[in-house]
Amino acid sequence: MFSLSRKDFTLLAVFSVIVMTMPIWLQPLGAAYPGLMQKFVIYAIFAIGFNILFGLTGYLSFGHAAFLGVGSYTAVWSFKLLSMDMIPALFFAVVFAGIFALFIGFFSLRRSGIYFSILTLAFAQMSYSLAYSVLTPITNGETGLLIARDDPRAIDTMLGVGQSASGMPMPSLIGIELGGYGGFYICALVLIACFFLSQKIFASPFGMALRGIKSNPTRMIYTGFNTKPYMLTAFVISGMFAGLAGGLLAVTDPIAGAERMQWTESGNLVLMTILGGVGTLLGPVIGAWVIKYCENIFSAINTQMLNGFFEFLPDGVQSVAVTVMSKFVGEGWHLTLGLVFVLIVVFLPGGLVEGAEKLRHRFRRRSDTYDLAADAQEKRT
Amino acid sequence: MTKFTMNRRGLLKTVGAGLTTAVASPLVLTNRAYAQQFCNNPGDNDPIIGFNVPQTGTYAEEGLEQLKGYELAVKHINGEGDGGMINTMQPTALKGNGILGKRLRYVTGDTQTNTDAARDGARRMIERDGAVMVTGCVTTGEAVAQQALCHELGVIYMSGLTHGNDTTGKDKRRYGFRHFFQGYMSGVAIAPLLAEEYGRDRRAYHLTADYNWGWTQEESIMAATEALGWETVRAVRTPLGIGDYSQYLTPVLNSGADVLILNHYGHDMVNSLPQAVQFGMRDRMANGKQFEIIVPMFSELMAVGAGDAVKGIIGTQNWNWQLDDAGSRAFTQSYGAEYGEPPSQSAHTGYVQTLLYADAVERAGTFYPPEVIRALEDFEFDGLGNGPTLYRGSDHQCFKEVLVVRGNEAPTSRFDVLDVVGKTPREDVMYDPAIFGGELGPYEPNMC
Repeated sequence: MFSLSRKDFTLLAVFSVIVMTMPIWLQPLGAAYPGLMQKFVIYAIFAIGFNILFGLTGYLSFGHAAFLGVGSYTAVWSFKLLSMDMIPALFFAVVFAGIFALFIGFFSLRRSGIYFSILTLAFAQMSYSLAYSVLTPITNGETGLLIARDDPRAIDTMLGVGQSASGMPMPSLIGIELGGYGGFYICALVLIACFFLSQKIFASPFGMALRGIKSNPTRMIYTGFNTKPYMLTAFVISGMFAGLAGGLLAVTDPIAGAERMQWTESGNLVLMTILGGVGTLLGPVIGAWVIKYCENIFSAINTQMLNGFFEFLPDGVQSVAVTVMSKFVGEGWHLTLGLVFVLIVVFLPGGLVEGAEKLRHRFRRRSDTYDLAADAQEKRT
Repeated sequence: MTKFTMNRRGLLKTVGAGLTTAVASPLVLTNRAYAQQFCNNPGDNDPIIGFNVPQTGTYAEEGLEQLKGYELAVKHINGEGDGGMINTMQPTALKGNGILGKRLRYVTGDTQTNTDAARDGARRMIERDGAVMVTGCVTTGEAVAQQALCHELGVIYMSGLTHGNDTTGKDKRRYGFRHFFQGYMSGVAIAPLLAEEYGRDRRAYHLTADYNWGWTQEESIMAATEALGWETVRAVRTPLGIGDYSQYLTPVLNSGADVLILNHYGHDMVNSLPQAVQFGMRDRMANGKQFEIIVPMFSELMAVGAGDAVKGIIGTQNWNWQLDDAGSRAFTQSYGAEYGEPPSQSAHTGYVQTLLYADAVERAGTFYPPEVIRALEDFEFDGLGNGPTLYRGSDHQCFKEVLVVRGNEAPTSRFDVLDVVGKTPREDVMYDPAIFGGELGPYEPNMC
């Protein structure tokens, strides 16, 4: 059940090391603080889940942010009503997001292509509006759902887990508080588990069936496949991944706001997946990291920092460089992201992962005959 | 598919080594935390504060204005420029040599007019940049989200432009402070002038932006006008961010109302007000009276955006650059010298909040948040443009005069769009903090 192909296992091992060593290799990039690393890891889960739907079946959902939001709201309510422990919070987040996905998927999957996308978009916008105003008693509307010190927390009270005298209660895992690095490592472990799960799904007959639906649904039907339940399962699984990500967002930072459900968030998710590489295992993760990095680090660069960076240039050139560059960083980071996105879609339709593949091939071709011989040897055996 | 057959021991070693390094690394990195008694203690280094405002998104314009105010405040605190309102603030412990003799530095962030992005930005400032105080916002959502986060991490948050009652009401926090006024005060402040201008026998129709801020304002204005003897015909909720209000404006004409109250802000108001005027509402007679439109919460940028439609419209403001007290004059003077235009209320509240924080630290003699909070609570001051002001300790809300303004009929420049027509004294807009509920929480900080 837990077996993987050798290639997949190596990938999983390398991936785990990369994720766990984030605090080290992100240091020179200026992103090694828990807040952002948590986001990196959580949005990677979100993108992996989305990729199971979009990458395998080719159905482009524009409403995945809704499941993220449902997960967050459920988790915060679990913190308020049951316990500050993350286990019930995540459990209910995944379950509720799954039920919600089942409902939306049931209707949306009656159509394919652009109609499916529009249906999911419509449902997601509807959920956003509901969360933003109509359901304010449940979601606390614009201000966002927050935990308070005097919430009931039935399980905690029953077990006599007292809240600390100082500060607000923090989400915990069996008594261990999850602020900062603790939260990051928990999320990282969940991400690795999710990555493993996605590898298993990609390699399973179920995954093959989904790919078959992507390449030609009619053929699949003629070979005796009922595609509907497969599609719905893929949709629900990816909705549950999104719910898990939403739950983790609430675990690392106990607030749930309606903006999380807005269509721009779903759009961001699509960007992440395409930027990294649709249908590849690593692609969505890389895409999520690139976009979150741009959003948090690029947007914070101001002219003061640019001046420092270009200090080595002569005065006139420096001011020109700063003026030009300042259009692309800080408030202009969307412009940079847009340019990068256009370049990638035009020249690397397979995303960053395809770029890396191409580079690898180029190096292979240039390498000496010994390697080629070894390659040939390998192929023969 | 080949089964995994790699040497197990070798693998365990590699993964184990990797994990150990990874787990140990944060310990090395956060070692600093054990040496300090509270979150981001500047110690012997220069203190850093974070300015987190929308620089993109719906309220980018107001956010960028606020940022200008902040940057000017840092200059003045560090003794650059002409000192602005440091010279007029009474009492003040600020000497124009930084805070506690150390040069104040700052980092900036973009909240994208989005609560999640605002929290991300605030966390970056606190966790990476070591900010000892975070400030800035243009919506109540941003304010509440950031002040809750800052409370959890034990860092003081000075909110920017937030007018919803919740910030210092239901969702108030020990670590959050608001200088700006709020919906309840708008209602109380505008009522006497409305009675004077439009009489006590009016029928009002509300169009309200359908979210938290809109509702609290609607509720406050409704209570205040009904106390005057006005009758509320209907209150209709409009979705946020729509461009065309005609379907909401048509029913107003036949409703028997003679006053339209627009509880809209920013783009919503910039769209709804001109459309209402185009409908000919202001030229109409209803119930034998002139039909009137009221926009309870005004800002200069909105007034500019709405163009001619704003002429003669009554609303309230936190501050206006045309005020003639020493503080306002000093601020307008130095802001104008710096940026070549008069400041907006968004810039003003940001500037004042920074000064108040710096002054509180100076008086407390430490950056330790509980001491700074005690210094700010129930602090009475004057000379910051709003007359005598109280930072009430029981809900961290500032109490000061509220300005009632009217759209200028003959503006001389694009900055001269609002006239101050009245000031409602501080005593009148005071309320019992218990009416909004909420709890401030403890002084003692969590460690971040």
